[in-house]
Amino acid sequence: MNKTFPIVGIAIAAAIIIGVVGFMAIPNNSDNSMDSDRVTTAEKPMASDTVTEKPTETLTVDEPESETAESMDAKVIDEPIEIETAEETMAVDVTPRQNQVLTIYSGRAETLVGPIIAQFEQDTGIKTQVRYGDTAAMALAIMEEGQNSPADVYFAQDAGALGALAKEGRLLALSPSILEKVDSDYRSSTDEWVGISGRARVVNYNVNLVDQSELPDSIWGFLDPKWKGKIGWAPSNGSFQSFVTALRVLEGEDRAKEWLVGIMENDPVVFSGNAPIVEAIGRGEIHVGFVNNYYMHNIKAKNPSLPVANHYTSGDAGSMINIAGAGVVDTTKNKALAERFIQYMLEEKAQTYFATTTYEYPLVAGVDVTGSQTPITEIVKPQIDLNDLDDLQGTLELLKVIRAL
Amino acid sequence: MNLLTSNSKLSNPLTHTSFPLVIAGIIIALSMLVPLAYLVARASDAGPRITNILISSRTLEVFANSTVLVLVVTALSAVIAVIAAFLTVKTDLPGKKFWSVILTLPLAVPSFVGSFALIATFAPKGSALQNLLAPLGIDVLPPIYGWPGVILALTLFSYPYVFLTTRSSLRGMDPAIEEVSRSLGYNIRSTLRHVTLPHLYPSIAAGSLLVAFYALSDFGTPGLMRFDSFTRMIYVEYQLGFDRSSAAVLSLLLVTLVAVILFFEHRVRSKASYYSLGPGTKRQPVLLKLGRWKGVALVFCGVIATLALFIPIGVMFYWFFQGVAVGESYPNMGIITFNTVYVAALATLVIVAFALPMALLVVRFPRKSTSVLERISYIGFAMPGIVVALSLVSFGANHLPMFYQSMGMLVFAYMVLFIPLSIGAIRSSLLQINPRVEEAARSLGLGQGRTLLTVTIPMAKTGLLAGAALVILTIMKELPSTLLLSPIGFKTLATQVWTGAESASFPYAAASALVLVAISAISVTIILSQERNASRR
Repeated sequence: MNKTFPIVGIAIAAAIIIGVVGFMAIPNNSDNSMDSDRVTTAEKPMASDTVTEKPTETLTVDEPESETAESMDAKVIDEPIEIETAEETMAVDVTPRQNQVLTIYSGRAETLVGPIIAQFEQDTGIKTQVRYGDTAAMALAIMEEGQNSPADVYFAQDAGALGALAKEGRLLALSPSILEKVDSDYRSSTDEWVGISGRARVVNYNVNLVDQSELPDSIWGFLDPKWKGKIGWAPSNGSFQSFVTALRVLEGEDRAKEWLVGIMENDPVVFSGNAPIVEAIGRGEIHVGFVNNYYMHNIKAKNPSLPVANHYTSGDAGSMINIAGAGVVDTTKNKALAERFIQYMLEEKAQTYFATTTYEYPLVAGVDVTGSQTPITEIVKPQIDLNDLDDLQGTLELLKVIRAL
Repeated sequence: MNLLTSNSKLSNPLTHTSFPLVIAGIIIALSMLVPLAYLVARASDAGPRITNILISSRTLEVFANSTVLVLVVTALSAVIAVIAAFLTVKTDLPGKKFWSVILTLPLAVPSFVGSFALIATFAPKGSALQNLLAPLGIDVLPPIYGWPGVILALTLFSYPYVFLTTRSSLRGMDPAIEEVSRSLGYNIRSTLRHVTLPHLYPSIAAGSLLVAFYALSDFGTPGLMRFDSFTRMIYVEYQLGFDRSSAAVLSLLLVTLVAVILFFEHRVRSKASYYSLGPGTKRQPVLLKLGRWKGVALVFCGVIATLALFIPIGVMFYWFFQGVAVGESYPNMGIITFNTVYVAALATLVIVAFALPMALLVVRFPRKSTSVLERISYIGFAMPGIVVALSLVSFGANHLPMFYQSMGMLVFAYMVLFIPLSIGAIRSSLLQINPRVEEAARSLGLGQGRTLLTVTIPMAKTGLLAGAALVILTIMKELPSTLLLSPIGFKTLATQVWTGAESASFPYAAASALVLVAISAISVTIILSQERNASRR
């Protein structure tokens, strides 16, 4: 029966018209000429002939209180912070090509790195387009995209994700001039990625409930039954995983298992991530928790009265320093441009930004932390090679065996 | 009391399935097979590890967890939703329009925001409730984490799936059917039980399937509530091992569970017809007087709305004002809001346009093949968002590079994920239309297209609108595929909520979430006001 023919006809036609119109309305990013007056395209990468055009209005955002990076969309900081040095450095290796855009896949949130990427655009004249997402999801996306990946740079929240991409052969070796800026502790031994900022593991504690003198010097101290039910952890969190991997590398499989089993016997409270742990410590729901150093600073920026402080253990995995870092994706069409970005992130301005705005550790010599942050040099960190942290499968298995996951 | 089923034999004069309808159905089904094909391909990479993954005691335990969770959440949601739908359609409950919107809106609360709010309110120590009770000497509340929390949160944020579909059926129902029952001497209660409720089965079932699959595929809630669900296990594989093949094996196991649920739902799905044989004139149905139950009814609606909507909004406002206090700025909210509305509205139009032929196919040509086509459409919705998103990344980048990360691709992703939301609602509405009415229109010389436009669509309007409401509310808060497949730099309120939460910048997350709920409220109000016009027709 043809009775229903027009039903479908109309429906499909409507769907197709709407789909096509929608598709045309928003150009896809594979061609570089984005229609500059589409409101829906939140960022407008480069019209090909407009070198002089300032980063567009969506990119330009007033960001007066520049010490916190809260304004999510601040792509350009209105008043350039000490921009003088930028002009010289930008001329060095790459002349920005007017019609080229650097595509960054960022596993780091826009709140954290958006402002410094905007600063990079302003200082170098290189346009960027950034896809923000979860660190693992971004790495997985690059893997799935295969040889059609539009990504030039992968900016990750931890060494493990960079290692996973490198293992798949998806990152190019970086130039020695970039690698050498960072201590070999914080970069790939096979040169495919480099750390940009440091993230220390710490113990957070509620200052009203715990006296600092009670806190053990070593993560092993938390196996004491007096911590029963008072510990928070996030076994499914990437940073925690890296910590366990470090523990396995440093002390061996059996000892790592012993520690995990010991903590399990203390009935740790399980969280989905670091921020909820810090919040729960603040509420007094738990007394201590294993987190990264900067969460407490970030949360306290909004809520200064939060009774939480950082505590560093000494020379064990509990105070290891992981990195957020970047690598150049093998499908890039302009390696020089991609490397220019990474290089910029290792210059003083960017390093200072990370120290003061995201409360992370600068990795380039000569830039210091500020405020209440414990200087990196005072942390008794364990001797660990971040490249050895790529055995996440083993960590996963271990956590499953002890039923933490 | 068998007013419904008497005519099932003579109902279908159409013996041949219309070819274009089948084409539409097949297009939809093929789209759904993209994630499935991807999973099979990825899972086969796992090789001999497959058996280890499948038979590990942990897999079995989590499988059992998820199954029980789905059953409990679905049952609870159905009870809440059916009661709420009755109250807002069939009774003289004060402020019915208000409650209709308010009770739909929990759907607009992203699950991790809602769960976070529940934790902030009911956590054992230091939560709002505990602080309130502290003067009474209550230092610790019973833990919300685990089973109680995950059931509470999933039920509260997914019952509107049943609420909306049931409401639309109640409104689309011919009041004559109930009147006949009453005139035959049955009292209100017995009419409700034996006439009205059976009439609603298709829409309750359609909504319940959505709740079940939402509970299976959600990640935010189990994560925050510290509950081991299947989806959480899949995330862990991705997150930690970057192990796409293990994740794919687990996802296929999830698809199996989905298939089993669909099979049983189909078995119990009634073959009855749900339309009246009469001319089908619509009148305003007589409203039940609640009398002294009015207070109870208001308390019921109030409690649900408080837990599922007002508490999350309250917590978000609290965070928001904390941000205001430290001088946080909220730039670009206008553009981001526009983006969100634009893409959600566009995708909703496309989805409804495809869902209508699919629903027509299933209702007017009920065959095994058509119902299989329809069932396949549930695959996307039942799978964790990240799985579907990655499958479309793989498909898009490698097979449709021109479309990859374009607006078209994003709309396609939304269709793969959310089309069953709309099909189910439209289907239950179409079941209430006597095909004889369409035939009469045709026999009076109306063309096929005009029959659709002037007879079928107006009569199915409540279902179309309910379907549209479900889709638009769900799209606006969707995250994984928006992050991975949108045009680069395209931001929506949901991605901004995520960005804020990810960097522990809760005031920003809260601001975006509040705007999200606000524009959802506007959308629902508009859609439900259309519904009123529909029944005045």
